[in-house]
Amino acid sequence: MGAILFLEQCLNGLQLGIMLFLMAAGLTLIFGVMGLINLAHGSLYMIGAFACAAVASWTGSFTLGLVASVVVAAAAGALIEIGVMRRLYQREHLDQVLATFALILISSEAMRWLFGSYPLYLDVPEIFYGAINLFGVLQYSRYRLFIIVLGLLTAVGIYLLINKTRIGMRIRAGAADRQMTAALGINISLIFTLVFALGAALAGFAGALVGSIQSVDIGMGEPVLILAFVVVVIGGIGSIRGALVGAIIVGMVDTLGRGYLPQLLQLILDPVFANTLGAALASIAIYLLMIIILIFKPQGLFPAHG
Amino acid sequence: MKKQLITSMLSAALCLAPQVEASPVKVGMITTLSGGGSGLGVDVRDGFMLAVNKANNSDLEVIIEDDGRKPSLAVQIADKMIQKDKVDILTGIIWSNLAMAVVPSSVNQGILYLSPNAGPSALAGKGCNKNYFNVAWQNDNLHEAMGSYANGEEHQNSFILAPNYPAGKDALTGYKRFYQGQLAGELYTKLGQTDYAAEIAQIRASGADSVFFFLPGGMGISFMKQYSQAGMTIPLMGPAFSFDQGILQAVGKSALGVRNSSQWNKDIDNAANKTFVADFESAYGRLPSLYASQGYDTANLILSAMQSSDINDKDAFRAAIRSAQFDSVRGNFRFGNNQHPIQDIYVREVVMQGDVLTNKIIGVALKDHQDAYAADCAL
Repeated sequence: MGAILFLEQCLNGLQLGIMLFLMAAGLTLIFGVMGLINLAHGSLYMIGAFACAAVASWTGSFTLGLVASVVVAAAAGALIEIGVMRRLYQREHLDQVLATFALILISSEAMRWLFGSYPLYLDVPEIFYGAINLFGVLQYSRYRLFIIVLGLLTAVGIYLLINKTRIGMRIRAGAADRQMTAALGINISLIFTLVFALGAALAGFAGALVGSIQSVDIGMGEPVLILAFVVVVIGGIGSIRGALVGAIIVGMVDTLGRGYLPQLLQLILDPVFANTLGAALASIAIYLLMIIILIFKPQGLFPAHG
Repeated sequence: MKKQLITSMLSAALCLAPQVEASPVKVGMITTLSGGGSGLGVDVRDGFMLAVNKANNSDLEVIIEDDGRKPSLAVQIADKMIQKDKVDILTGIIWSNLAMAVVPSSVNQGILYLSPNAGPSALAGKGCNKNYFNVAWQNDNLHEAMGSYANGEEHQNSFILAPNYPAGKDALTGYKRFYQGQLAGELYTKLGQTDYAAEIAQIRASGADSVFFFLPGGMGISFMKQYSQAGMTIPLMGPAFSFDQGILQAVGKSALGVRNSSQWNKDIDNAANKTFVADFESAYGRLPSLYASQGYDTANLILSAMQSSDINDKDAFRAAIRSAQFDSVRGNFRFGNNQHPIQDIYVREVVMQGDVLTNKIIGVALKDHQDAYAADCAL
């Protein structure tokens, strides 16, 4: 029983990590390529979830909802890039933080006007209900397995896009030297809009996938945004590979910490105290991890630019 | 910042009973109308204003402001309402941490505070105050009711969980105060946590025969959806907050059949409640929630005190509030010595009526229940 539970918790950790990766990939891409700190990334996650919930309830199709989440979030991202961000590339990070913080407030209130103050309904399709039998011993939630598979496919897709295509090459060139790339006749502002929309689409997709097992609510993006920043910092700012590894580490540490820290502490401490201390430690475990990694690797695990 | 000023219209024709020199009463409502959790504040406001508009009493003036769920903002608004607007009564706060920031200093300045929701234990025991009334419940009450209900259902091995913050600890303490069986596990989760896979795996492995959880707002929605999607069938129990009319639709069929405790439900059989439910639906086009019922009761309590006493005679007005001479939508309602309710707490079951998820009362968990802190109150 213990080994099976451990395996299940590892899968849960992997699934949380994959979700964090979808968030962190967009964040790290935008920072790596444009040098922009985007606090509104969590709002794009929320917009994706709301779009999915709305379309799924109008049409009755979860698949259409997922498509809508990607399209709407990408459109919102492009709009934000053209309308606001473009004016901020030359400014200091503080200006960017202030502007994107304003965007959080604006999009939260916009969602409230459009959809009201109550959480929206969004459920996974019937076929993903219940558990699937893995390796003959483990009952695991079908939907979470679906998220793991879909997330890994997305990770492969992003890798291929960035490393194997012409557009990816231009994105990398833009990240390395913006002016030189522009001098070579490449429309760099179009590239930036595309990257921002791509990051937004990933966040919206994550929002829709997670929204169906959580609550589609105003302000749902902010807690995830904080975790995504931890992932980006651990993985190395601007590195997609770092984001993937960082996300899985954070997902594992968080899940296993919640599952096992209180029990482990009970071996050496009074149970009531161990429970309280364990719960407190589990909730700060990933931040402790971040501190330790930064002590030994100040640039993160996979520094993007050497 | 949204600011609304609503004054009841003068209508001499409706003034049936000649009143004795009634002074106008100014009520300041501080509640959460924007951002996360605003559904609760909107419901309290709508319930409160429904009663105010119906009474059509020109002596009652209500000022409403949005606290955005921020303690610092709530304190600023309270100061402004007391010093500039010269309110007589404050009400409206949803969250215990905001209440703790506003209530003690307000009541010490001689302002009456009537809580339509939050009931932190710190204000119920030694910290009780003659100017503080709670019209909803003391925070522990609904959890205590669920503990008592679990005994009746012969649950022997409950797994209990709540967020790691003061109200979460009160919740599990409240449950354990009445529950007599063993605990299969006791977990404190992170406040604002949205993924419960690790906790659900532990519950599955624990051999529990029942699960009690207090996870207000989005946390509860997330937990219930994931619990049901994981194919879990161990019976769930919780306080009304996660099964409220406002969020049930977001949980969906995952909530069907879950037992929860509440001091109110729309099917409580009394005339006041029937009128309330019908009027609320026709005024706002949705079913009322427990928060709306609390707002409605609070307004009616103030209106009842205005009938029999003058706000400028603070002692008489307090006595009138304390006597609770109003038709509560809950039926039986009276104040204990600490000015918190003594009331019945029901067990409800989530059912589907037409295509709307809602609650149905299936029994009384605790009759004439008073909170555990009343004895420590010197009033």
